[in-house]
Amino acid sequence: MTEQAVVTGFGAVTPLGVGARTLFDRWAQGEAAIEGGEGMCNDFEPSEHLSRKEIRRADRFAQLALAASEEAVRQAGWAESLPYDAERIGCVIGTGAGGLQSFESELDVLRDRGDHAVSPLSIPRIMPNAAAAVVAMRYGLKGECYGITSACASGTQAIGAGMRLLRLGVVDAVVVGGAEGRHTVFSRAAFKLMGATSQSGCARPFDRRRDGYVPGEGAGVLVLERRSSAEARGAEVLGEVVGYGACSDAYHLTSPEPGGRGATQAIRSALQDANVGGENIAYVNAHGTGTLLNDRTETIALKAALGPASMEVPVSSIKSAIGHLQGAAGAVEAIATLIALRSGIAPPTLGLEEPDEGLDLNYVPLVQQALRDPTAGARIGLSNSFGFGGHNAVVVMKAP
Amino acid sequence: MTQTQQTQEKLERLVFDTLESFGAEPAEISREAGLKELDIDSLDMVELGQIIEEEYGVRLTGADFKETRTVGEAIDVIAARVL
Repeated sequence: MTEQAVVTGFGAVTPLGVGARTLFDRWAQGEAAIEGGEGMCNDFEPSEHLSRKEIRRADRFAQLALAASEEAVRQAGWAESLPYDAERIGCVIGTGAGGLQSFESELDVLRDRGDHAVSPLSIPRIMPNAAAAVVAMRYGLKGECYGITSACASGTQAIGAGMRLLRLGVVDAVVVGGAEGRHTVFSRAAFKLMGATSQSGCARPFDRRRDGYVPGEGAGVLVLERRSSAEARGAEVLGEVVGYGACSDAYHLTSPEPGGRGATQAIRSALQDANVGGENIAYVNAHGTGTLLNDRTETIALKAALGPASMEVPVSSIKSAIGHLQGAAGAVEAIATLIALRSGIAPPTLGLEEPDEGLDLNYVPLVQQALRDPTAGARIGLSNSFGFGGHNAVVVMKAP
Repeated sequence: MTQTQQTQEKLERLVFDTLESFGAEPAEISREAGLKELDIDSLDMVELGQIIEEEYGVRLTGADFKETRTVGEAIDVIAARVL
């Protein structure tokens, strides 16, 4: 029998604050944390979570990952000691850009003061695997450890990769997640020219007036364990990753396939992996970026993959509250999905006042709703992530 | 106090402060303290060399600290170049 991957801890640092529950509660109440067209983690003070050495040696994205991991690991009951052989605990953390802030600031040093002045810590701060490395170092996780980069699907693919490590039986537990630092001068300029980010600075997924996504920063981390091991040690099971599906559009560098073929394939394969049908889904945490193309293709894909049930299930976008956390988005959104399933609440899509033509699902506009509850007892939900490069990834989460 | 002594003291203060900024515990920093024990590694020593260059205009690389085991030895390597 396949080992089940259960969640025993989760943590998040987002523009709505430090803490996964803070994120969910504030979002559910309709609070947004978007200022000046960006979502920044203004409540995050690195010195409250990291040592001086960790701060100096980690770019912003890895610092955020460390803080999120602190919450997740503590919740799992690992803060004092690891429950398994350290060599059997893995760590997989995704990011879109890695240490872009460090890269840019060191490029300035190179140009202004010459190559001898560039920090020897540049590469370890920039490398996209840095978040996974520093989290593994802090907790002494000695199993397989790496970073994942698939743009905005990174966090979701990290969860999928960790789940598969557990199913393969090569680890007893794995710390997974995603992290992204704030936008830089360079990335702000580049995304703007691509036409991906909102010129109005407003996040309005699925709305007729939507004009792109609002970039954000943050991190989300989950502790996954084999159900048998978690239960044997008496850990509280918070939920389960029951399915995962991923694929590539193989179509265009930035545009989703117009008919939503790739997104549909990813959702279908995740449902198949979880062995559930569309009628079993109580909630969908949409990718819901607020770009013209995403929201249209995601709607088409949900209709195709979920069937008639797609017209009833609540589908909402957390990006309306915190912006698009890019490489962190999938991890933060899987956590939000799980809390939604546990609490029975679908938080709202903020800014959605007038759905665009053809966008006719229940996007939970402006005010939270009770979850559709087709299966009494355990609730099952989807979290979608679609990244530049045509990366599509979907996880199926289940509340106990 | 001679000028050399003053410069030596200033250099020692700079090295101590720099090691503290690298994450070493202030109470544990002394001339006798081992760099390894302070959790100071070769990447830190390259950066220490850059800070010295900024202050004194003398270029020190990681190789200059290759045999250095204690804080005092590091200060001596630097002092031999800047004093």
